[in-house]
Amino acid sequence: MKVLRRFFDKQEKHFTSGGKLERLFPLYEAVDTFLFTPDKRTEGPVHVRDVIDLKRTMMIVVYALIPTVLMAFYNTGLQANLIYQQTGLPGDLPWQAEVIRALGVGFDPSNLLANVLQGALYFLPVYIITLAAGGFWEVLFASVRRHEVNEGFLVTSLLFPLILPPTIPYWQVALGISFGVVIGKEVFGGVGMNILNPALTARAFLFFAYPAQISGDKVWVAVDGLSKATPLAKFADPVMEVTASWWNAFWGFIPGSMGETSVFACLIGAAVLVITGIGSWRIILSVVIGMVGMSLFFNAVGSESNPMFQLAPHWHLVLGGFAFGTVYMATDPVSAAMTRGGKYVYGLLIGILVVMVRVVNPAFPEGMMLAILFMNVFAPIIDRIYINRNIKRRLARNVV
Amino acid sequence: MFEEYLSLFIRSIFIENMALAFFLGMCTFLAVSKRVETAVGLGIAVVVVQSITVPMNNLIYHNLLKEGALGWLGLEDVNLTFIGLVTYIGVIAAMVQILEMTLDKFVPRLYNALGVFLPLITVNCAILGGTLFMVERTYTFGESVVFGVGSGTGFALAVIALAGITEKMRYSNVPAGLRGLGITFITVGLMAIAFMIFSGIQL
Repeated sequence: MKVLRRFFDKQEKHFTSGGKLERLFPLYEAVDTFLFTPDKRTEGPVHVRDVIDLKRTMMIVVYALIPTVLMAFYNTGLQANLIYQQTGLPGDLPWQAEVIRALGVGFDPSNLLANVLQGALYFLPVYIITLAAGGFWEVLFASVRRHEVNEGFLVTSLLFPLILPPTIPYWQVALGISFGVVIGKEVFGGVGMNILNPALTARAFLFFAYPAQISGDKVWVAVDGLSKATPLAKFADPVMEVTASWWNAFWGFIPGSMGETSVFACLIGAAVLVITGIGSWRIILSVVIGMVGMSLFFNAVGSESNPMFQLAPHWHLVLGGFAFGTVYMATDPVSAAMTRGGKYVYGLLIGILVVMVRVVNPAFPEGMMLAILFMNVFAPIIDRIYINRNIKRRLARNVV
Repeated sequence: MFEEYLSLFIRSIFIENMALAFFLGMCTFLAVSKRVETAVGLGIAVVVVQSITVPMNNLIYHNLLKEGALGWLGLEDVNLTFIGLVTYIGVIAAMVQILEMTLDKFVPRLYNALGVFLPLITVNCAILGGTLFMVERTYTFGESVVFGVGSGTGFALAVIALAGITEKMRYSNVPAGLRGLGITFITVGLMAIAFMIFSGIQL
């Protein structure tokens, strides 16, 4: 460690003002603070300072995401291996499966290692491309605009692959994260100044630009050309038969985007976020309440032609990206509502919108990501209403 | 009957949002979105004018302009739809004038609140667009009332949301070349992506 520290200290003079590589200071600073703790100290008179800073906040979110990443490894491999077990190995394998065969691990869905390894071969390239493409824009903007590369990008770049289907083409990954980072965040000035969640912006951009690769029946399992719908799509289609059991969906052993299938993993993440106070329990709770209320309402209304009306709340909870979005996306401290009352309204409306889109919008089987984006747009107005109410109340209280 | 009106109302607010689905009325939409108070003023003005002019033009279209509408004068084969555009604009301008004078006389508080926006929206294309949609889709009188209120509300919602975002963006550090209209255009585009949540809903 000391050797590394000395190396960094030696290199620093090139990057500080007047050095040869002055422009690349953000890059140096990012690598340095990533490996060591920042050495900034506050100077000057008395001040109160919390130990929590942006860096630590973002790292806790990354830690909270670890369970879902592990599930992404396991489940992506599991779903592929289940298919291989059913149909036998096809003639032309995707390169991931070729690697697995070359390693001699096998394609047994009951073998933990085989599943995790195959899943990793799907997840890691997407993650690495996200880091490379998004990181390029981060560093470029940071160098030109002289701000620091922020840990917030680590969260965005981890969230984004988790909400993608395993068969996503790599160039689309790069394009999507570029849009998310540049248009969703950097043009507003970087972390903390954006209005929409960058990962969701990237996902929504891909969703509307290339619907064939990111929705429908063919994309959810990492086997080429095989169509297998997510359970959510099966509920929407009266012809299809639902094969997933509730517990399977709860643990996450169902087809879907790579990291969003497991409610269990999301619950662990939720616990971490709520205990550390980084994610707002008010938002999580009110999203769930809104979802339960709206789905009970639809259950009561009923419909003969649309089977989604009958979908019970506990199914809404485990299917699709509901849990993942509630825990990691809706609670994003930048784009969510910030006032206490506003958080309840914001969350409730997300829950209501999700169920509405799932049930009455035949165009999209999944509504979580769009519901959160939609409420991101209205979060500033909700906040404003609550702040003004607060101001009025206090004025009324202080009449002399 | 009631259900139809309700679905038309929701459709005209969210699914066929004047500003974010059709991008109509952009000039006022972009210009008057710096502060929430003014955006609310413009929003109310659009709702009021829209819910008066669309039904008004609906009556004119059905009783004067449409082919055979002048039958009560004995002129069955007269079709005046070719002067529709001029008529609608005239009606909108006249309605706005009358409304302005009425408000000035009887409800001066509202008149002051609306201020310059009332005359401004005479030339707002969302207003004319509402009327033209009404003609194209052959709404009945009842439907045109609902559509007028709904589409006005949709526009108001969008402009207030944009103003809220713009106010929040005071804390943003936008690149120099994008400040002002540039970032507003990008924001509107992102808002339109978010509003696509409703596209495809069949009511």
